[in-house]
Amino acid sequence: MTAPVLSSYMERNLRTVVARTYVRVVGGFREPSWLIWDTILPMLSLSAYIYVYKVMNAPREFTGFVILGGAMISFWLNVLWSMAANLYWEKEIGNLEPFLIAPISRMAMLMGLAIGGIFNTTIRALGIVVAGILIFQVEFLVGDAFAALIVFVLTMIALYSLGMVFASLFLMYGREAWHMSHLLQEPIYFLSGFYFPVKYLPFWLQVAASAIPVTFGMDAIRRILILGEGFQSVSLHVIALALFSVVLFVMARWSLAYMEDMGRREGRLTLRWQ
Amino acid sequence: MEYSVESRNVSRTFKKGKNEGIVRALDDISIKIRSGELFGLLGPNGAGKTTLIKIFCTLLLPSDGSAYVGGHDVVKEADSVRRIINMISGGETPGYGLLTVNENLWFFSQLYGMRGDVAKGRRKMLLDAVGLADQGNTRMNRLSSGMKQRLNVARGFMNDPEVIFLDEPTLGLDVISAKQIRGYIRNWVNTQPQKTVLLTTHYMAEADELCDRVGIIHEGRVVACDTPSNLKATVKNKTVFQFKVTGSGDYGKLSSIKGVAGLSWTHHIESDTSTLKVVLADQASASEVESALTGSGSRILSAETPEPTLEDVFIHLVGKGLQ
Repeated sequence: MTAPVLSSYMERNLRTVVARTYVRVVGGFREPSWLIWDTILPMLSLSAYIYVYKVMNAPREFTGFVILGGAMISFWLNVLWSMAANLYWEKEIGNLEPFLIAPISRMAMLMGLAIGGIFNTTIRALGIVVAGILIFQVEFLVGDAFAALIVFVLTMIALYSLGMVFASLFLMYGREAWHMSHLLQEPIYFLSGFYFPVKYLPFWLQVAASAIPVTFGMDAIRRILILGEGFQSVSLHVIALALFSVVLFVMARWSLAYMEDMGRREGRLTLRWQ
Repeated sequence: MEYSVESRNVSRTFKKGKNEGIVRALDDISIKIRSGELFGLLGPNGAGKTTLIKIFCTLLLPSDGSAYVGGHDVVKEADSVRRIINMISGGETPGYGLLTVNENLWFFSQLYGMRGDVAKGRRKMLLDAVGLADQGNTRMNRLSSGMKQRLNVARGFMNDPEVIFLDEPTLGLDVISAKQIRGYIRNWVNTQPQKTVLLTTHYMAEADELCDRVGIIHEGRVVACDTPSNLKATVKNKTVFQFKVTGSGDYGKLSSIKGVAGLSWTHHIESDTSTLKVVLADQASASEVESALTGSGSRILSAETPEPTLEDVFIHLVGKGLQ
């Protein structure tokens, strides 16, 4: 690829990222009702866990664990139902063909979707955190804000890269891939310790949980924001998340290219109602 | 580069389902479209028009043969093809309902790396051309379906492609909108001689009005390819009879009459009459057709010999009409 061609390719893809982010963010704010429902309704199940812990006289930090778990669940749900299924919906509304014939990387489109999704979901997650502070007087001990930022960013990269891998499955298998999302939702809630620290799981389940990037992100964020620990205590988490990010990002790129090629061969790329 | 769009012996098969065999959607298609040409592919639903367009647009791989757009191989150089093309599928309304018309067109312009000011200029020109100039700030989900289709046309031309593929672009549009779109397409090619259009349609009049050359496609094969006037000339030595008769029926049996090269018919429910077009290789057969019609209980209300149209060419080549 010559320099001018490369430069024009980069420009197209950067513009695509910005444009797709714009759609996500602006679209979200034009139907703001989700802000209320996506914040209030999750608080009900979170409250149930918090009251169970209160009844059991669990340590006070467990309330913070649950609230942070609820905030992180928002991202997992966004990845599983919005990011992963996106190409399926784009196909149904007739957008997929114009996307696929455009001279852009499929990753650029999904990256824009991810950035927009992270932005909108962060608002939702902050809503849950604020509600936790106001209703349950959760105390946060932000000892190392930089470490918290690093962990959050790496968790997001790993999570949304995983979402891109799932998106490639939806691109090829359409509605059949819904089953995968259903299959993954509850086990991940359980294994990644959204509502309780993973260290209370049996060892073999902890090993299984370590295959999920959000488990590391969740544990590290709790250590930093609830227990007030610093970068030192989460350094292994950071390494694991960095590895997850690289591996999943590369896997997403490969998987999208592979599924697109298979779709072109089998004629399923733009086939609807499958 | 002599040809802007070219297919060489392209075939495409699809698996029907488990243990149900295969469907041959395209069978050894070879077409050559020169730069600056407005080429029409004419054929009934299921003839293979959309499959061929999808191959040219890099959405589908050919099972056999090769295809080129702008001199680039659609399989090996898909990215180079994508830089110079766009496609409009009639009946589709791509875009995001919560975004305005302007925002949607800006969004699609970004996929081609267009600068904001350039995109704005094209957006204004195109909205004017498709009659949506006053809808720029309207959200897409508040547009009528016809307006959304016109927006889709504007989207397709947004990147000012070198080659545009129009798959039934006026499908379902009202007469005025369809005329407006056809006018824009014709003008786009006329004013920019290096641009190329491949249009698929099953509207005979649309192909006749717009296209420099027309390929007639039937059951995955190109059965004729020439200018509309040359195609019509092929039925000049035949006689086209148009009968208007009372009632309706299966007139297919008329094709067994010697000298009948093809026929099609349409039933008009409101008046309970039928219009039959019969292409006769031998004019003497007309009286036999008339006898068969009256024998079947129909009363002939009128009989004319109109000027041949592309529909007559199709009937002559395929033996039946598009319906």
